[in-house]
Amino acid sequence: MGNLENEPMFSARNLKLFTAPLGMNNPITVQVLGICSALAVTVKLKPAIVMALSVTIVVAVSNAIIAAMRQYIPDRIRIIVQLVVIATMVIFVDQFLRAYVFDVSKQLSVFVGLIITNCILMGRLEAFAMVNKPWPSFIDGIGNGAGYGIILIIVAFFRELLGSGTIYGYPVFEKLGFYSIGYENNGMMILPPMALIVVGFIIWFQRSRDNSLVEK
Amino acid sequence: MKQFSNRYIFIFSTVMVISVATLLSLAATLLQPAQEKNLEIEKKKSMLESIGVPATRDNTEDLYDKYIKESFVLNPKGESVDGVDAFTVVLRNEQKKPIEDQYLPVFRAIPDDGEKVLILPVEGKGLWGPIYGYVSLKSDMSTIYGVTFDHKGETPGLGAEINTSAFEGMFPGKKLFDNGTFVSIQVHKGGAGPNDIHGVDAISGGTITSKGLEKMLLDCISKYNDYLFKNRN
Repeated sequence: MGNLENEPMFSARNLKLFTAPLGMNNPITVQVLGICSALAVTVKLKPAIVMALSVTIVVAVSNAIIAAMRQYIPDRIRIIVQLVVIATMVIFVDQFLRAYVFDVSKQLSVFVGLIITNCILMGRLEAFAMVNKPWPSFIDGIGNGAGYGIILIIVAFFRELLGSGTIYGYPVFEKLGFYSIGYENNGMMILPPMALIVVGFIIWFQRSRDNSLVEK
Repeated sequence: MKQFSNRYIFIFSTVMVISVATLLSLAATLLQPAQEKNLEIEKKKSMLESIGVPATRDNTEDLYDKYIKESFVLNPKGESVDGVDAFTVVLRNEQKKPIEDQYLPVFRAIPDDGEKVLILPVEGKGLWGPIYGYVSLKSDMSTIYGVTFDHKGETPGLGAEINTSAFEGMFPGKKLFDNGTFVSIQVHKGGAGPNDIHGVDAISGGTITSKGLEKMLLDCISKYNDYLFKNRN
């Protein structure tokens, strides 16, 4: 992969790096990576979107950095090097946000730690960036971040709607008058186990549509 | 994969660590003034929010000078301490000292409705880290005028809900004293009764944060007990 010289920036193969993680090779539903943070931040849509964006940026940039120095990284300490790159990136971004975009930094608070520990990052650096060029690695990062983000947003949508009766903080059910006819929010949806069950439904749905994903 | 000598590995990791350290400390030092300014504005902004004055980052300084009339520091006996600036007292550091040496900051404000309000800072522990805020009291020293809470890293959607207006909005009008005895505010799992003047609803899925908040209010405000009792009217 990625060994051809003069390959166009958006060649079919590079585009596939972007689209595959959105469906066939989704980090959450197929590779089952990054589940931990998917459970933690999907109670409301807003943190889910912030988290999706942050992970996408961090995984894309650290993928590119690792790919650029892949030939100089000693095999025996490569995991440490990957971790240092991720952690540096995240702290760097955090410091900048805190100085210039304080409000965003307040929203990110807990995510900063969660980004560093997200399995998708290490997974992509180890599996892709170590053996590919910077540009395909960058696209791979964007694709995986987006694939992760889509699932996060779908899960958060259902959990916020059914658990709190709102969408992005807007009280949908209240406006529709559901409460006056006896509807009540499902408190279970707020708890982390329901995120796992919603992810389960998505996996079920995806595999019933695409049989090639079903394990033999 | 190419094989590297031990020498190379040592040099590689040394260079990596030193350059990363330089980069990060440079960033931290250069950005520090801007970050501290942000924290100061944030502190003033939360104080204003606790008396119901919505402030944006740009007008915070002006509004603070307009509404916050006075600040002073008390000791736990309720006597005022001279020579300490209330704004610079860091509650977290005070809480590590023995109780008799602690400084207790107090801010006085007069919002638009003319009520003479006392603002007390509070700080405690949530589930993952510190939670903090400001509680403002009416001149009877018992009725809550307004509150604002914030947190370092509570779970989004659960414990982090303490800084929403839905949660903070339950506090105004609640009373800290019951017939002259300090009872603080209780956070009830399953919801406080409609006539409970000392209780508010806990947050579903945020039990530990809710309990931490209850303990924070009890611990921090009870230290002002003597002062509040003496000055009530």
